[in-house]
Amino acid sequence: MIEVRDVYFTYPSGVEALKGVSLTIKDGEFVSIMGENGAGKTTLVKHFNGLLKPTKGTVLVNGIDTKKVSVATLARKVGFVFQNPDHQLFSETVEDEVAFALRNFGFSEDVIKRRVEWALNLLGLSQYRKTSPFMLSGGERKRVALASVLAWDPEILILDEPTIGQDYLQKETLRQFIMQLREQGKTIIIVTHDVEFVAECNPRVILMRDGRIIADGEAKKVLTDSETLSKASIIPPQITQVFFQLPELNVNSGIIDIYEARSVLIKVLRKGIKN
Amino acid sequence: MSFFDGLKFRKISSPIHNLDPRVKFIYACVIFVVAIIFWELIPLIGLFLIQIPLVQIARVRKEWARSMRGAAILALIIFFTNLIFSFLGAGSTFRISFLEYALAMMLRFLVLVEAFSIFFLTTSPDHLGLALEQSRVPYEFCFAFTTAIRFVPVLAGEAQTIIDAQKARGLELEKGSFFKRVRNYIPILIPLIVSAIRRSLELAEAMESRAWGAVKKRTNLYELKFKAGDYILGAVALSILAISIYVRLCLKVPTIEELLAFLISKI
Repeated sequence: MIEVRDVYFTYPSGVEALKGVSLTIKDGEFVSIMGENGAGKTTLVKHFNGLLKPTKGTVLVNGIDTKKVSVATLARKVGFVFQNPDHQLFSETVEDEVAFALRNFGFSEDVIKRRVEWALNLLGLSQYRKTSPFMLSGGERKRVALASVLAWDPEILILDEPTIGQDYLQKETLRQFIMQLREQGKTIIIVTHDVEFVAECNPRVILMRDGRIIADGEAKKVLTDSETLSKASIIPPQITQVFFQLPELNVNSGIIDIYEARSVLIKVLRKGIKN
Repeated sequence: MSFFDGLKFRKISSPIHNLDPRVKFIYACVIFVVAIIFWELIPLIGLFLIQIPLVQIARVRKEWARSMRGAAILALIIFFTNLIFSFLGAGSTFRISFLEYALAMMLRFLVLVEAFSIFFLTTSPDHLGLALEQSRVPYEFCFAFTTAIRFVPVLAGEAQTIIDAQKARGLELEKGSFFKRVRNYIPILIPLIVSAIRRSLELAEAMESRAWGAVKKRTNLYELKFKAGDYILGAVALSILAISIYVRLCLKVPTIEELLAFLISKI
């Protein structure tokens, strides 16, 4: 569980990036943090594994104050996959890359071997085991970065902009992957601009603007509240916009899911045909 | 990164900022040379102090103080290594002159940092490129130079992100023996270098696609001209150099110990 209590954070340069943020993320929750550039999303999630410590207020991870422990200690529980895989890949082979964190955490060599195998299989990277990570494509590098974090099986997983630069198929794989992790009871936090991806995933959505949380709730509620969304410079999902444009239908406009939209439309059309 | 902040240019206007970068560079070089030709404490103290008015006039005191703080650790290392080695070299005996020598070496380093910090704090990269160009350095070199300077803050920011990413994977930079600590930086350096190379290739492609180098003879919107202030600073720099060379060659520079002894004998 992550508890954020009235957290303020000012960067050394003097920029105040968080201005009193409070929230609780329970175990097993799936949360998406959204908002425009510079809203403080990444700053906030960097508090969850102790990379940043609050200037004022407290952050508790499983009851432990992040100010009192090292990043390495917290990282054991909180996995953080950075936006750009090129900021972390350095090993000669994909295998070593995935084993890097496991060695840092002091796992024994046979456990490392097993974990690496497992992580590479999970992300379909087994054939690249001996390849240099620098030889892989962008999408594959992103998967290596993800595998290198999943390998130590953290309870909480933070993904910063996981969909950037990914094609539709890769996004769909990622979505299924997140759902799979959820079933295993992992807490998942994603930071993203990708409103369509969020609409498909249907997580709890937290909207941020200018260092503050301006909305927090089910994706269905938050992503269909056009007024709050526009404050965070986010456009509602396309399917929601279609229903905004069709007030004549007289249906509940809180729709973000294509399948739900389909059944609603079929109902309306059937009624129309009868009349 | 605070040391680099001390070298980062900030656009403000002051008499020093408006000086010709060539003159400022000559001044920094003169200070450099003078700091090297003296190993006595007294002239180095003088050299350190005469630059403080420049810092005041340029209104960069805060940034300057930051770069001096950044240099402090290195300065202390220089001080102690000099002290320890002269101590050991003299067969584990201690003399006041060792202390003075170590202080002088430390101050020499600080003077160099001070001079170049003033130069970089008050000279915009664009100005610097212009100065190089007008000194008839081929444009390719000028461009490479200004680009390198311009990318320092970008690289510093990127280094921070990489450090964060590796810390998030359990890397502890401050752990282990000295050699282990040096090795700890490999996961930081490799991504940093790889991305710098990648970025430079991308930059080259972007520039070529915008017809870089299509015209052989370039013209500039701004041209550098020497003004009164430039002549004054230039004269000051050259007189410092001339006086220092004269003092070095023809006079004996006393140590503080000797100076004190001399003064006491007068009383």
